[in-house]
Amino acid sequence: MKVLAEGQGELCAWMHPDEARRWMRDNKTRALVDKQVTIKEAVERYTKDGDYFAMGGFGHIRLSMNGIYEMIRQKRRNLVMAGKTSVHDVDILIGGGVVDRIDCAYAHGHELRGLSPSGRRATESGRVKIVAELSNAAFQWRFRAAAMGLPWYPARVMMGTDTFKYSSAKIVEDPFTGLPITLLPACYPDFAFIHVHRCDKYGNCQIDGTTMEDVELARAAKRLIITTEEIVDDEVITSEPGRTVIPHFIVDAVVESHYASHPGNMPGLYYSDEVHMAEWLSLSRTDEGVQEYMDKYVFGVNDFEEYLELVGGEERIDYLAKLERLEVPLDAPWARRGE
Amino acid sequence: MSYNTTELMACVSSRALEDRKSIFVGTGLPIIATMLAQKLHAPDLLVVFEAGGIGPKLPTIPISVGDSRTFHKAVMAASMDYVMGMAQAGLVDYGFLGAAQIDKYGNLNTTVIGDHDSPKVRLPGSGGANDLGSLCHKTITLMRHDKIRFVNKLDYLTTPGYLTGPEAREAAGLPSETGPHRVISQLGVMGFDEESKEMKLLQVHPGVTVDDVIENTGFEMLIGNVKETEPPTEEELRILREEIDPSGIVLGK
Repeated sequence: MKVLAEGQGELCAWMHPDEARRWMRDNKTRALVDKQVTIKEAVERYTKDGDYFAMGGFGHIRLSMNGIYEMIRQKRRNLVMAGKTSVHDVDILIGGGVVDRIDCAYAHGHELRGLSPSGRRATESGRVKIVAELSNAAFQWRFRAAAMGLPWYPARVMMGTDTFKYSSAKIVEDPFTGLPITLLPACYPDFAFIHVHRCDKYGNCQIDGTTMEDVELARAAKRLIITTEEIVDDEVITSEPGRTVIPHFIVDAVVESHYASHPGNMPGLYYSDEVHMAEWLSLSRTDEGVQEYMDKYVFGVNDFEEYLELVGGEERIDYLAKLERLEVPLDAPWARRGE
Repeated sequence: MSYNTTELMACVSSRALEDRKSIFVGTGLPIIATMLAQKLHAPDLLVVFEAGGIGPKLPTIPISVGDSRTFHKAVMAASMDYVMGMAQAGLVDYGFLGAAQIDKYGNLNTTVIGDHDSPKVRLPGSGGANDLGSLCHKTITLMRHDKIRFVNKLDYLTTPGYLTGPEAREAAGLPSETGPHRVISQLGVMGFDEESKEMKLLQVHPGVTVDDVIENTGFEMLIGNVKETEPPTEEELRILREEIDPSGIVLGK
């Protein structure tokens, strides 16, 4: 195959497929083993400085915020984040000093809320480096390549653009059509967190609603930490096996974590907490504000339970559950003009 | 009835959407225009979101293209792999985009202002924009019109329009018969010349002249047979304000 062009971005998290197979053979237990640990243990055991990692969900939907806060608390440093539609997750992790490089499809933005002051400031000042650019589909299919044990996956995206030029992909002449086609390198993150609606103690997981990139990401990650709203009896899983989207034999740790997506949305259970998001967006306009936020919500509490109390406890969660069910109007302070 | 430019852009964009087609939609104004079209002339417009929501009955404006509203009473809650594969396979007719910069071939920048490695302003990046611009049959771009945004040369080419002109998309390997269809701004509606693939003014909004458009464009805009936009109707404005965005999150107050 003739290589027509090569992106100049840094190739991160790629492995030779045989090396990846050896990893999967030697490190992923096929047995039904109870994998429940605390978030503290999961972060200690499966994350380390300098790692390349990904967060499941969609940046502010179905987040493992307890994992994010714990990485900040344990002072993980110099991590590369897969900026695969990263929104609040990457913003907080940059603010918390954990992430200093991004493999970037989407970061520095908060969708409808506007741009992210904290993340932008870090990248514009050079504190955070963008190691490569790519598109969302490209990221998705990099995980798919890894999930399938392939060195790359072909796609008809990024061609002709600077997004390709700054990517770690290559364009080759497709031997079937004779046309140029993009080859996306497999991406095997050192670890990933994925928050799910329910799983059993072995890690067989169900997700309600869209799965985003998580089915493939789960298979691509070398270490997979599942946080779950609820641990259920394995009968719940085996009575409806068609609903299992992540099976136990690729899961390394299971952490039961109620409301762990807060302040993000957990489809079907609670909507995003826009008052809290507004507080972050407002405080994170300055480095001092970021520190104030971290001192209050991350270092000022011992665990996620205490954090939940601090953000309003059951009453707040009850309101967010009603908001999810469209029973109360949305209060989004960031949308009020002129403030 | 008076209206602001955001409301005007929502109405004009909504009229550009055809019934019984599929559309990949981004956050903000594109969603509002899509919801308006569904309530008026395009009830069977199939909406697709990049996180996997397909065919939802949008109850309110989603904050994210991945939040639970994007698959509220939907026909399918799928995945990014599924919907991006759908677009690559030819099942998505329109992509609805926004940008910080656009050039005469409809190429878009949503990545960076200034130099890539030492940016003046860092923007989110491609997200799904490059995918939509590569794979949908047609794209519609919605953005503010001024010389800072309608530029002769992009600081960074995130998403492909017609690239460098006729045949350039095909030569690059992008799917054939694809590319930018309309650009909608607060001044008018633009299309693209069939031969040269350069942007062409088709329509000016009430109170806007062709000269206003020329003065606010950083490249030479082709001028077609320019018509004047019909102002927003009372019904369009009522639906926008009362049903779609009652708190003015996107439309402003």
